[in-house]
Amino acid sequence: MKRFFYLIGALTGFMGMMQACQTDSATKADDAKLPDVVSYNFDIRPILSDKCLACHGPDANKREAGLRLDVAESAFKALQENPSAHALVAGKPEVSEAFLRITTQDTSLLMPPPSSNLKLSQREIRLIEKWIKQGAKYEKHWAFVPPQKPALPEVDQKDWPKNEIDYFILHKQEQKGLKPNEEADKERLLKRLSLDLTGLPPSLEMMDRFMADNSPNAYEKAVDQLLKNPAYGEKMALHWLDLARYADSHGYQDDGYRTQWPWRDWVIHAFNKNMHYNDFVTWQLAGDLLPNSTKEQLLATGFNRNHKITEEGGVIPEEYRIMYVTDRTDLFGKGLLGVTMECAHCHDHKYDPFSQKEYYRLFAFFNNVAEVGIESVIGGPETYAKKPLMEISDKDVKDILTFVNKPDTNRLIVSVMGDLDTLRKTHILNRGNYDAPGDVVEPGTPEAILPFNKNYPKNRLGLAQWLFDKKNPLTARVYVNLLWQEFFGKGIVKTSGDFGMQGDLPTHPELLDWLAVDFMSHNWDIKRLVKQMVTSATYRQSAVVPPEKLKNDPDNVYLARGPRYRIHAEFVKDLVLSSSGLLNQSIGGPSVKPYQPAGLWEGATSGRGLLSTYNQDHGPSLYRRGMYTLIKRTVPPPSMAIFDASNRDLCEVKRLRTNTPLQALVMMNDPTVLEASRVLAAKLLQENTADKDKISKAFRLIVGRKPREQEVEMLTAYYEKETKSIKKPVAEKAVSVGEYPIPGNVDKTKLAALMRVVSTIYNLEETITKT
Amino acid sequence: MEKEILEHGFNFNRRRFLSRLSLGLGSAALGSLMIPDLFGGNSTDEEGFTPGIPHFAPKAKRVIYLFQNGAPSQQELFDYKPKLREMLGQEIPPSVRGNQRLTGMTANQSSFPLVGSFVDFKQYGQSRAWVSDLFPYTAKIVDDLCIVKSMYTEAINHDPALTFLQTGSQQGNRPSMGAWLSYGLGNENKNLPNFTVLLSRGVGNGQGVYSKLWSNGFLDSIHQGVQFSKGEDPVLYLRDPEGMDRHARRDMLDNLAKLNDMAYQEFGDPEITAKVKQYEMAYRMQTAVPEVMDLSKEPDDIVKLYGPDCLVPGTYAANCLLARKLSENGVRFVQLYHQGWDQHGNLPFEIAKQAKDVDQASAALVTDLKQRGLLDETLVIWGGEFGRTSYTQGKLTADNYGRDHHPRCFTIWMAGGGIKPGMVYGETDELGYNIAQNPVHVHDFQATVLHQLGLNHEKLIFKHLGRRYRLTDVSGKVVRDIIA
Repeated sequence: MKRFFYLIGALTGFMGMMQACQTDSATKADDAKLPDVVSYNFDIRPILSDKCLACHGPDANKREAGLRLDVAESAFKALQENPSAHALVAGKPEVSEAFLRITTQDTSLLMPPPSSNLKLSQREIRLIEKWIKQGAKYEKHWAFVPPQKPALPEVDQKDWPKNEIDYFILHKQEQKGLKPNEEADKERLLKRLSLDLTGLPPSLEMMDRFMADNSPNAYEKAVDQLLKNPAYGEKMALHWLDLARYADSHGYQDDGYRTQWPWRDWVIHAFNKNMHYNDFVTWQLAGDLLPNSTKEQLLATGFNRNHKITEEGGVIPEEYRIMYVTDRTDLFGKGLLGVTMECAHCHDHKYDPFSQKEYYRLFAFFNNVAEVGIESVIGGPETYAKKPLMEISDKDVKDILTFVNKPDTNRLIVSVMGDLDTLRKTHILNRGNYDAPGDVVEPGTPEAILPFNKNYPKNRLGLAQWLFDKKNPLTARVYVNLLWQEFFGKGIVKTSGDFGMQGDLPTHPELLDWLAVDFMSHNWDIKRLVKQMVTSATYRQSAVVPPEKLKNDPDNVYLARGPRYRIHAEFVKDLVLSSSGLLNQSIGGPSVKPYQPAGLWEGATSGRGLLSTYNQDHGPSLYRRGMYTLIKRTVPPPSMAIFDASNRDLCEVKRLRTNTPLQALVMMNDPTVLEASRVLAAKLLQENTADKDKISKAFRLIVGRKPREQEVEMLTAYYEKETKSIKKPVAEKAVSVGEYPIPGNVDKTKLAALMRVVSTIYNLEETITKT
Repeated sequence: MEKEILEHGFNFNRRRFLSRLSLGLGSAALGSLMIPDLFGGNSTDEEGFTPGIPHFAPKAKRVIYLFQNGAPSQQELFDYKPKLREMLGQEIPPSVRGNQRLTGMTANQSSFPLVGSFVDFKQYGQSRAWVSDLFPYTAKIVDDLCIVKSMYTEAINHDPALTFLQTGSQQGNRPSMGAWLSYGLGNENKNLPNFTVLLSRGVGNGQGVYSKLWSNGFLDSIHQGVQFSKGEDPVLYLRDPEGMDRHARRDMLDNLAKLNDMAYQEFGDPEITAKVKQYEMAYRMQTAVPEVMDLSKEPDDIVKLYGPDCLVPGTYAANCLLARKLSENGVRFVQLYHQGWDQHGNLPFEIAKQAKDVDQASAALVTDLKQRGLLDETLVIWGGEFGRTSYTQGKLTADNYGRDHHPRCFTIWMAGGGIKPGMVYGETDELGYNIAQNPVHVHDFQATVLHQLGLNHEKLIFKHLGRRYRLTDVSGKVVRDIIA
């Protein structure tokens, strides 16, 4: 009988192979090759999880026949129903009951049962067969195993790779029958690079220089130049501000003003001086605990005080204090470790091996801060930071904290970390409730990730040491992945905040590991890692989407074309200001209040505090980069929110990227865009050039490339038509948008007409897209 | 015009969905602008779609939620407690108070004297429901209402309580009820956003509202609530700049589309065509939104019904009338917030004014929907985020007192949308402090709302960072007793 099943199994497998050989290699690449070594984590677990574990998995209440397939001991032990048989027999699919049951033709025995509407594909069956033949080895979850540096894979197209990244990418493409795109044309490449490294479009001068430079290292020179630009620090800071939920208000119901911006200035500074990731994070987690701690190190700890803090009279202080500690713990999990610790706040984690006790052990590290749940209700400057806090004097700014852009001599306070002298006991909180304390726990870390080294101090400094222990399997992978997401649009692990069991598997696991190990062995050097990414051939490909690639790889998983997607909200604004020449390039300082539709703050306020009315700024403050727009948590800046900016309520590591009609309305009607259109148009009208040249120049400044002949013609015709049709009084009104002065010597009708043309260019899809 | 329902995303069940609803789009004016399938903003990241929606035949198609922000006192409006008057000034018995946690505002109070309503109550309608004299208009429509006196929540402060009611969780960053419905049911109308928010403010003690209350959370931002405000720009950035008429805008968009098409020819990226479609939608919204916002053409009897304030933009009455128009035009979820119900002190004076602000227009909305035959398919909800204490906060004087936050019981009402009319559900104890009968948890309420829209609250899920999220988090039971 068993032999019979085996025959069927073998036959089915053989037929599957026959079929695979006949199919087109590009489209059915999945069926063509099985990996040489079948991996439990990457090949088998997803199949089991999807098709088997609902009845043979962790949930004891739903388990059929007492069989669990996600745990080796259970899968290998004698079957309850038939003690002489085993679900899995290592090396022997022919006697493994599980394999027989998935290959039988007897539908009353077939697994998954036909009634479940689930079906294994031939490839899945063959994978399982091969896995059993190779010993049916179970593995620990991939992300909890420290990365090893893999050897570079072999590739056929040997002249393509520019650095190590490309071997991994090309190898996978070749497996899938894909070929990389050509390198992008120089103009587009420079725009992509400039947006990615500085968040700003390239200047005309930079474009000219790059186009004229035919030396083999022209691109590398451009990379180095941009990496040195102080705007690099601003660009890099943005993802960190999301992760660290930085904002300019306390949140909660009154949502009063806070002065946490010096911490933001420090982040920009740290990226610019290329502080290495281990120091960068250690300072933020435990700068106050470092030996001979400096003021700068103390300021860095503002990181853990960026969370919302209530000023609502009548709250129960302990309830809120627990929330703050919870917020820090969850951020540590999601932002730095890439795991959803918060699930274990109320109960043992349902998918990942973290117990509720372990959650509170991690919580204990953040539970000793000398803080209270509510320090004060909304009020004056003394409430702009909450204890523990530091004061930044004018002398500090002159001598040590030179990067803090302090505009006046007012008292400046920032919330930072500082522990109590005595140890606050940490309890497990039943169901996560602050008023239901259970057992007392000691500080500790999740065993499944890496046990806490006994030599480390049991405080935040020790926790930082644990985080950057080279045996920690997550830290490097998670940050490398975050940066990959910044440059390629999505992470190698798409769920960049969840590397756990329920997270997505890495699309290129070897590459992720290679990058992670390389990052660690080069002492967590961020600029080096960035340079590796942007100088790769992978990054430099053209973003053209050939129809067959759209069909076979619509999501560009295999990166056989360059990244092409809309830029972040803040950079949309930056692009508009920069290309029109309006951009105010000063770095840091208190956040600003540029144009905003009337009544938004007033309509949603309790009526208390500095932020109850929106007093718009004037002059140069109107033209600061998007990242300096004041973020009032309960009413975040609308044009930013419409373009998916974070509301900074909680740690966020991945923004949505949507396309909505409201975004079209912003680009068409936001005074920021209209004013920039008018200012650029006025500037061009003052130049002694032909209309076509004016329009070409605007196009280059905004889109980052020379327009095609057809594009210039169409826009010039549009300009001529508008010049004729716009009446003088209409023109007067049309050019009155924005506070930037209009030069006296410019014809208003022409200005209004050219303004429309420029505004049209701002509205092109390509303009705010990384192409 | 051919009647149709245009929905976002749910192609597989569309036929069944269509067959089960009696179809109707109110406004012919919008008809000429209708182009199918353009409000379906796209995202590169949405996952975890739930098949098989609606899960069963829906009773309601749309919701209008009249949120009374700040927590109206049930003792002065619906929950008649003569015993409280009898026991005026007496300490609340510890057995009643139990271990209820108190807010920081009354936690240090040494005494908790009971206080009854300063205003009288009468019974109305066939249901003989008690309504206070502060609500003369509402009193007239009690037979259309289902008054639930036994709501309770878990939070005792405004922010978490509001967030809990709107998103099912006290902590931020989850989608709000309107976003869930938009996600679950898609759009009936292609010229207006699916989830709109209207704000107004009374004279009473104010509490902020927060845009996170109408957040899409981790859902696509197409499901985010869009705030409509008074004034010339009812939707942010809607209005074209000075000097740009419809014709000029059309010209600009035509040029834009041609240029974008050139980029499409070069790149072949479908995102480019998607972008062009969003611009066209924006163009149509520019006409459709001001049309729907224009209340000047409302006939006299409607103005009379809602009261003269309905012609003053930004008032609660105007927002109620606007809510009817938006809903009638197929907006799935219209959310109003009326601020000013937080009467910690000075309650008799403030609540009278608050009540006057909302009474006539709330009742008018129900009556208006009913006379248009829309009440059956529109669920109207009225209520705040928690209740208020039966003891006084601060000093009790002969004619003045206040009440603190109280999560253990509060009153809301629902009308239409397949909810039983003329019903009073749930009871509190004689001191109005604890629920005596048929408690309704916030998650039960949310489950019931979803149920009326044809959605099973346990199946309307979205997988985010490995966890499957629901509006009702991990609990909630449909309150079958109040379903018609």
